[in-house]
Amino acid sequence: MLDNVKCECGHSNPVGTMLCESCGAPLASEVAGKKVDMRYEGAARRSQTYHKTIVDRIWNFFSSVRNAVIMIVLTLIASAIGTVFPQERYIPVPKPAEQYYPEAYGTLGLIYYRLGFHNLYSSWWFIALMLGIGISLVVCSLDRVVPLYRALKTQRVKRDKRFLQIQKVSVELNAEGKEVEQLTASLEEALKKKRYHVRREENALLGEKGRFSRWGPYINHIGLIIFLIGCLMRLIPGFYLDQYVWVREGQTVPVPETNYYVKNEQFIKEYYQDDEFPEKLDVNGVIVKEYKTKAVLYENENAEIPGSEPKLKQVAKHDIEVNHPLKYEGLLLYQAGEQENQLQALNLNLVDTATKEPLGSVKLDLLSPPKEIKVNDNVKVQVLQYFPDFALDDMKQPITKSTEPNNPAFIVNTISPKTPNGEKQWIFLGDTLTADGKDPKVTYAFAKPDLVDMSGLMVRKDASLPIIFFGAGVSMLGLVMGFYWQHRRIWFQVEEEKLLVAAHTNKNWFGIKNEVVKILEANGYHISAAQLEKEAKQS
Amino acid sequence: MNSLIGLSNTMLTIAFIFYCVATILFFVAVTGKSFRNRTPEEQGRRGRFAYAAAVIGFLAHAVFIGIRWYVGGHIPTSNMFEFMQFLGFAMTLAFLGIYLIYRIPLIGAFVMPFSVLIVSYAAVFPREITPLIPALQSYWLQIHVTTAALGEGAFAVGFAGGLMYLLRTLDPNEKSKSASWLEFVMWVICTLVAFIVLVFSFQLAGYQATFKAPFQMSTGQVVDSQVKYHMPAIVGPKGGTLETTDKMKPWFEAPGFMKGNQAARKFNTLIWSVAGGTLLYGAARLALRRRISGVVGRWVQDLEPDLVDEISYRAIAIGFPIFTLGALIFAMIWAHEAWGRFWGWDPKEVWALITWLFYSAYLHLRLSRGWQGKRSAWMAVIGFIIVMFNLVFVNLVISGLHSYA
Repeated sequence: MLDNVKCECGHSNPVGTMLCESCGAPLASEVAGKKVDMRYEGAARRSQTYHKTIVDRIWNFFSSVRNAVIMIVLTLIASAIGTVFPQERYIPVPKPAEQYYPEAYGTLGLIYYRLGFHNLYSSWWFIALMLGIGISLVVCSLDRVVPLYRALKTQRVKRDKRFLQIQKVSVELNAEGKEVEQLTASLEEALKKKRYHVRREENALLGEKGRFSRWGPYINHIGLIIFLIGCLMRLIPGFYLDQYVWVREGQTVPVPETNYYVKNEQFIKEYYQDDEFPEKLDVNGVIVKEYKTKAVLYENENAEIPGSEPKLKQVAKHDIEVNHPLKYEGLLLYQAGEQENQLQALNLNLVDTATKEPLGSVKLDLLSPPKEIKVNDNVKVQVLQYFPDFALDDMKQPITKSTEPNNPAFIVNTISPKTPNGEKQWIFLGDTLTADGKDPKVTYAFAKPDLVDMSGLMVRKDASLPIIFFGAGVSMLGLVMGFYWQHRRIWFQVEEEKLLVAAHTNKNWFGIKNEVVKILEANGYHISAAQLEKEAKQS
Repeated sequence: MNSLIGLSNTMLTIAFIFYCVATILFFVAVTGKSFRNRTPEEQGRRGRFAYAAAVIGFLAHAVFIGIRWYVGGHIPTSNMFEFMQFLGFAMTLAFLGIYLIYRIPLIGAFVMPFSVLIVSYAAVFPREITPLIPALQSYWLQIHVTTAALGEGAFAVGFAGGLMYLLRTLDPNEKSKSASWLEFVMWVICTLVAFIVLVFSFQLAGYQATFKAPFQMSTGQVVDSQVKYHMPAIVGPKGGTLETTDKMKPWFEAPGFMKGNQAARKFNTLIWSVAGGTLLYGAARLALRRRISGVVGRWVQDLEPDLVDEISYRAIAIGFPIFTLGALIFAMIWAHEAWGRFWGWDPKEVWALITWLFYSAYLHLRLSRGWQGKRSAWMAVIGFIIVMFNLVFVNLVISGLHSYA
């Protein structure tokens, strides 16, 4: 470990310090005689001092604002590339990505897909960039905030003359014949009037205000880190749930990956009418006004008992609309989709083929088909088999492709006075067929089927959300602190018949120069803001 | 109701006229033959007249927004016309605030013309009050959009400051890259002016030509669609036939890679604007016999470059937290309420992030790496170009959840 550096004033500084923490005298030879870089008070920063070990190198890489900006710019460019063509999740048609991109966008689309840009924001390298920025946030902040805090805490009022001379705003005024004590007191008063916090040491004054704004950037960075951690936490199992469920009117379905069930009592889709507009527009029944699902949420109290029948207890009732999700204990259900006029049940009238005599009617529910329907005392219908999504497989055997009633088919057995031993028939959508191919003795005539609307609900659970928004809030606080206040310091020092004036701010030089001018004016010195700067500033 | 709508539109016209008047007054305050002999006090007095005109325009604009809000039942920020006029409003507000700090009439001479341009650009879009689709029915519409626009208004002042700095520090005889790019920016502004003038001229003349063209829907189906041109067609839709008689026949057809049934019409408008802008620029060059940036640059020679640099930075520093709050944080809260995710990498969201990243790069480079002056000014100019890109291009060209117009 290197020894600390001792300044002429007696203060012991850490290695790498440019300006003495206490009196401000230049310590490094390259600082003397130049305009000083006051950004971190010339304090020793680890990254500027140690360059030996691997840890030093990694630390130095991430502590460099230049590298941070490079990563920011790379992220920026990558993000822009990701918007050239839609990301895979926004493809408008249900096609595989490798087919969609070349078809829709030609060769460029193919290249886009091959390079993996169709899922750019979840690619390893994009996430690595974000992580890099995150690490950089931590390291950059630590590398600067600790020395800055030390330097501001240990600063003395009376400064080395050279420190004042190398400030951006610095001027020497004649104080010949002035009563030193009176001038100092009067300057102190003027500083206080401008709401500066003033400290005095002999004939030296330090007026300071808004120091807390120096911590703004670091608070902002802490907020951003919390935000990023919140985003990463969603990867932990159980923290984030992203599901989707379709519910028909009147239906109760389990909410995936939870112990809840949701019932759709009614789905409403409303359109704007012409008389609702202040101006005449030809949009009657074109623009949707509202999508609404009257929903009931149940909890399954038997969820812990394997194999048991669900025992439902109503826990919430809410009209789910766009912008108004159902919220219950961290579970969120959003209105996200709709399919109107879905087949719910087939209605059929039974007719005696020979006499044309009506025998009654049956309702075949497509979601919970009945086993047997008693039409009347003489007639009953048995449902032998049900194929909700009928198709024939390679062996020409009937199968169902899914459990959704997209193409329902039934095999029914009709027992009636004319068919005491039963008559087996196929019932398709709009068509029937007897099992033996003969004309049926009992004809099934199709009546208007039952139609219902189906509502698509997005299911979300996001336990990291409070952390994410807390991080955003902290970051916002830091931004406001850092940008709407400024840290200003003004030094006055009466020395050898001269009044030394210097000022420093991290932002808004225009403001601080005006203040210095006004304070000097109140003490009989008339000087313009332009004269406060002796020479051209650092570029 | 209709009389109220009429009144609100009159208020917007009044606002527009006063913005124009303020622009002219600010110019008069800082230029003219006797400018150099004028005392700062006199300049300030003339500046105050101009400022008063801007305030009157701003108040009329506020009344317009208020009436339209009352009549329409929602804040007028829900489509392109409404958003753009609101951006003009936000820019004026940001300027009125910044002016109070620095009291330099020249800022007005640079910001107010952009307010005028943005408000006239808004008027290019359909002006009817339209109902809100379910996704927009939320009080976040007021909070998110206004805050974001306000931040962008401050960025606009930063842009104007950056432009002033570049014009001020540019050597008129210099043949550098920077000088050429600055001249390019002048050409872009000419094109924007030409675009607005052309749209209004043809609108006034009532020009309309209808095409029938095949259009491939996203499902792969090809349907016949109607494309209405409001400017003579230099480029027609691919495979389209002109249905209106005695209107100009297109010179050529739009290339196949342009998607969407309106692509050809937009491309046509672009060609007109570029041609018009180039013509306008060329005429100005001929009349002035020198670079436009050189001429405009002379107006700002009395400014202290450092001060302009600081004004530009200050405007961005004021705008950055507002933009963060409005365009990212409020946006995330609303997205969570409406779509069930606070972030979805939708193009508009991505471009808001890009804007934010760009301005954070600006701030880091300036505060930590000492990028001041020219480089900083260029970044202020480019930053606002990104903002406009997001508002215009992403809305109208890249489709996504935010394509409301």
